[in-house]
Amino acid sequence: MRYAMAIDTKKCVGCSDCVVACQTENNVPIGFCRDWVTETVDGTYPNVSIELRTERCNHCDNSPCVRCCPTGASHFEDGGIVMVTHHKCIGCGACIQSCPYEARYSHPDGYVDKCTFCIHRVRKGENPACVSVCPTSCMYFGDLDDPNSEIVNVLKNRKFKALAPEAGTKPNIFYLT
Amino acid sequence: MKEELFVSGRNIPNIDPYLHIWHWQIPIYLFLGGLAAGILFLAAVYTILGKDKEMQATVKWAPFIVPFALIIGLFMLFLDLKHKLYFWQLYTTIRLESPMGWGAWVLMIMTPISIVWSASYVREVFPNWDWKFKFLYTFEAWVIKNRWFIAWPMAIYAVILGIYTGILLSAFNARPLWNTTILGPLFLVSGMSTGAACIILMSKNHEERRLIGRLDLLFISVELFFIVHMIMGFLAGSQVQIDAANLFLGGQFTVPFFVFVILLGLIFPAVLETLELIGFKVPIVIPAILVLLGGLIFRFIMVEAGQITRYLY
Ligand code: SF4
Ligand code: SF4
Repeated sequence: MRYAMAIDTKKCVGCSDCVVACQTENNVPIGFCRDWVTETVDGTYPNVSIELRTERCNHCDNSPCVRCCPTGASHFEDGGIVMVTHHKCIGCGACIQSCPYEARYSHPDGYVDKCTFCIHRVRKGENPACVSVCPTSCMYFGDLDDPNSEIVNVLKNRKFKALAPEAGTKPNIFYLT
Repeated sequence: MKEELFVSGRNIPNIDPYLHIWHWQIPIYLFLGGLAAGILFLAAVYTILGKDKEMQATVKWAPFIVPFALIIGLFMLFLDLKHKLYFWQLYTTIRLESPMGWGAWVLMIMTPISIVWSASYVREVFPNWDWKFKFLYTFEAWVIKNRWFIAWPMAIYAVILGIYTGILLSAFNARPLWNTTILGPLFLVSGMSTGAACIILMSKNHEERRLIGRLDLLFISVELFFIVHMIMGFLAGSQVQIDAANLFLGGQFTVPFFVFVILLGLIFPAVLETLELIGFKVPIVIPAILVLLGGLIFRFIMVEAGQITRYLY
């Protein structure tokens, strides 16, 4: 099992519903978030293009955050989901420094927190909260090892990119372009 | 032209300042680690060379600072943790892949070694000192007899500790300014140089000061060479590394870096030490203090600047 997400930058309208859904679902403290939306503007008027993206932890295959964690609090769960065990985390911040996507933040309670791919929902066979609320259905979540899954299908038929692949972390969030 | 805007999330004020997660504690931790490594290395080397009679400050006086430096250093690391009550888990896990992890272990091993080393000299410094228990006297006698053998692992551990202070940063691929292997050796020589400066400050023997001063000159030259090497490496690297180097070459850290680290922390003390060597009367405390301050500021700048360098996408 290899969980991954594909996000259609052509469909995303930047409404931030995914951000709010995540904050509600995961009880993210006020003023923090585990996912966010960026808008990249390219070119000069009148030849401008714009790309909207919702970003979060990439649940990297070669994740520096798991490697650098001194206590093993950051670890892999089934399907390659990168998780933080709160009671093992000492809050040293090494993993925050190690993440090229700045996907982690320090929770006011002291431990480090980030996207979990809503593992509690995924284990029940549901989609992550962000995927399930997206009004344009621009996100696909699934198992890359399952040749019949929607995500494999969409990655087969569309052009896609990953963010900063040169950082070498083997990210598992793909952006359809 | 490419411009990136955060529509939501990252304009929430709590996140981005929080990503700047390491504050003043980490540079002090790195500075004290390097200082301790420098002093212990020189103490060990001169013991191995059989010069402990001539080099009193090196093998005897300066190492007294080391246990304090290491304990304060560990305390700084502790202060930096956000989930402090769980601190002990650093020492219930051994994860060699994690520099934070093995560094904490190296410090844990180094601290008792340095305490034992200094303890074996306590009665030379305070002749009236009483160890109270007989076994402590036996242990002391054993340590004094075997100093030469203890010096070997101590020298090796000191080098590991010195390099570690650089590797803690250089292991982070996500921070392009830190992600250079030269940082390990660079922080090691910088630590040696601050250690030497500390010895110079404590020494009353003119010959010893001259000798350590000459060594310090060597450390400073190597350090300057490594810094040039580091910046050249960045400039020959990818865009993110070029941007990292530009923080020092016209960017926001240019003035503090060149004025406080390069000029006042390295070149000026080197000139003063050279003048002293060729016979001018220079109060040697001035270059020594400048080297110490320069080393401290250098670590502050590296830790601060590194955290604003990042991958672009
Ligand atoms: S995106 Fe960052 S936090 Fe997530 S797995 Fe990759 S390196 Fe770790
Ligand atoms: S902050 Fe927590 S999860 Fe991150 S590296 Fe340190 S102990 Fe591990």
